[in-house]
Amino acid sequence: MAYKNYILVCAGTACESSNGIALYEELEKELKAQGVDAEAQLVKTGCFGFCEQGPIVKILPDESFYVKVGPEHAKEIVSEHIIKGRKVEALLYDKGQKKSLQAAEIGFYQKQQRIVLRNCGVINPEYIDEYIAREGYAALEKVLFDMTPDQVVEELLAAGLRGRGGAGFPTGLKWKFTKNVDSDQKYIVCNADEGDPGAYMDRSTCEGDPHSVLEAMTIAGHTVGANQGYIYIRAEYPLAIKRLNNAIDQAREYGLLGDNILGTDFCFDIELRLGAGAFVCGEETALLASIEGKRGMPIPRPPFPAVKGLWGKPTVINNVETWANIPMILLKGSAWFSSIGTETTKGTKVFALTGKINNSGLIEVPMGTTLREIIYDIGGGISGDKKFKAAQTGGPSGGVITEEFLDTPIDYESLQSIGSMMGSGGMIVMDEDDCIVDVTKFYLEFTVDESCGKCAPCRIGGRTCYNILDKITKGQGSLEDIDTLKTLAQAMRKASLCGLGQTSPNPIMSTLHYFEDEYLAHINDKTCPAGKCKDLLTYTIIEDKCIGCTACARVCPVNCISGAVKEAHVIDQDQCIKCGQCFDKCKFDAILKG
Amino acid sequence: MTAVAENEKILTPEIDAFIAKWIDKPGNLIMVLHRVQEEFGYIPRQAAFEVAAALDIPVAKIYGVITFYHFFKLTKPGKNRIAVCMGTACYLKGGQNLIDECERKLGVGLNTVTEDGEFSVEAVRCIGCCGLAPVVTVNGEVFGGVSNKQMVKIIEQFEDK
Repeated sequence: MAYKNYILVCAGTACESSNGIALYEELEKELKAQGVDAEAQLVKTGCFGFCEQGPIVKILPDESFYVKVGPEHAKEIVSEHIIKGRKVEALLYDKGQKKSLQAAEIGFYQKQQRIVLRNCGVINPEYIDEYIAREGYAALEKVLFDMTPDQVVEELLAAGLRGRGGAGFPTGLKWKFTKNVDSDQKYIVCNADEGDPGAYMDRSTCEGDPHSVLEAMTIAGHTVGANQGYIYIRAEYPLAIKRLNNAIDQAREYGLLGDNILGTDFCFDIELRLGAGAFVCGEETALLASIEGKRGMPIPRPPFPAVKGLWGKPTVINNVETWANIPMILLKGSAWFSSIGTETTKGTKVFALTGKINNSGLIEVPMGTTLREIIYDIGGGISGDKKFKAAQTGGPSGGVITEEFLDTPIDYESLQSIGSMMGSGGMIVMDEDDCIVDVTKFYLEFTVDESCGKCAPCRIGGRTCYNILDKITKGQGSLEDIDTLKTLAQAMRKASLCGLGQTSPNPIMSTLHYFEDEYLAHINDKTCPAGKCKDLLTYTIIEDKCIGCTACARVCPVNCISGAVKEAHVIDQDQCIKCGQCFDKCKFDAILKG
Repeated sequence: MTAVAENEKILTPEIDAFIAKWIDKPGNLIMVLHRVQEEFGYIPRQAAFEVAAALDIPVAKIYGVITFYHFFKLTKPGKNRIAVCMGTACYLKGGQNLIDECERKLGVGLNTVTEDGEFSVEAVRCIGCCGLAPVVTVNGEVFGGVSNKQMVKIIEQFEDK
């Protein structure tokens, strides 16, 4: 008997963390208890992207989109929606309008175009049949039976697909290099070592649509003549690891991996290798060293991995998002793909939109979309009616984008020309409360910690830059420090061995360019305009405004606020740890921060 | 530390079986170390010596790898492992305040175990739940949108477990 309804429950990491597992179990229980388990099928899907509103439940065929659903709502969803066909209004996204908004009508989804995330939130990633039903492995079949390896490479080149890991190197060209090298052994590697803090595009793809990665790697294996693939993935992503392993097993069972794929004489297999928390392993030569079981130290290029890679053999290495694009390109053709995007950058880009924004989540937009569209139309603007300060892309290797550039259409070149970079897809929105010097220090702390220590410009330069930034945030900086920062940044860019060191001064260069006044305020006036740097802050109670409600004294974690009820309170400055909790708590604006 | 033979073997039969499965695969060391840490929560010195013997790799090389990667631990973590996310989104939304709060509550700093062995606090890189920032995990269980006050309650919740 066919199901009348399909209940899609998001099973991405974020939704699972917000009690999504209990919700799924409760729905399962209620369907049985109310005797309708034969009428509605419960499906665990990958990430819908709208993580801010999770856990998400979508019901087909009417596409009702329920947000922030808890296990306690399961009973009502089944009794009202599934049995009586009435929507549970309280759970709809736009409760105010009291009408059912389908996913496609929600602002968050309207400007998105999903190629990489085509199956995320649609199929159950744990069943290969659902992937196959959505044209899965059709591209592999086409490549094996109807195309020559040269045609595959030509198609990728014509499509204009560029590496989504950040650098934007043409994918077809990489494949061509490896294909043209004569070698007894070649390898295919997937970079799923998503180390950029504040980004989770690749994790969601591996969790929500693992087969798209496997299919693309197999296609690459056939094209360049490799028989072994490795997926290098962060050990911190247990759910993605589980789903990938499960997908590999199923693909082997279906004859889509292993010996004699689809009855041909082509053999290809894939194995997982776990990363162990080293950001530098995003650098391809370091990643390969790590797969080899060694310390993840980069080596100078050339030779490039395409010619001399894993165990000295030619290796194609692409990141998850690049891989996930490939089956669609080969199925729908290069003309289709190159019709999306800008002159230099084709296709879409997945971003993890986070920070001080209303709709945090995972989004995919055509290249050429402007930041304004992303932040205001999709992201729903800055949270708490604060003022936009900057968006940061490219993580610790990138830079900030200020208000004046919000209308720049996004592609590799345009972002570089304004001092940032595409990066892997982290996009962090900052508001007026975020101190730009503090954020820069945060990134430098990260890269100093992650520097492998092999070359001096990165190891010593990074540490020195961090120390200077630390001094400035403590109000001990001098004007000379700014010149020193600039000199060091230049040297690191030019002389570092690998991408990590070459790009780690980018946050400094970019913020100094756009926010020099904020650095100067820390140095000359010893103030932090955003009110973030604790050493430059004091909290004082304005006597006239304090009504003595004691709220501040009760919330203070170190008990440094004293005063009798209904009398003005006082903060003991020696004890104050400047946590700001009293400031947030006071309803009478009686606490002065500055 | 004396020679391996004088100590009782600590690698379990399951780990031995895992090593046997991986022994012929090139680049197996990191995978074996992951398995060891999964068992003990860190890499005990004795285990490193035994892995060295099993894989025929110098101990120095094993320590080279362990100390390079943040994920591998050389000391035993607390019974309850608190991990405060310090990815960019969590940092902007107050991750550092949560670490400070843990310090005040537990009296120990980062990467240190409380005297009774009950808790340890570490800062972790992005765990990919940026939509829920700031995020804390305790023994793998994820808590999102955590305030300082909730941080205290979360710790209390695990105090007697």
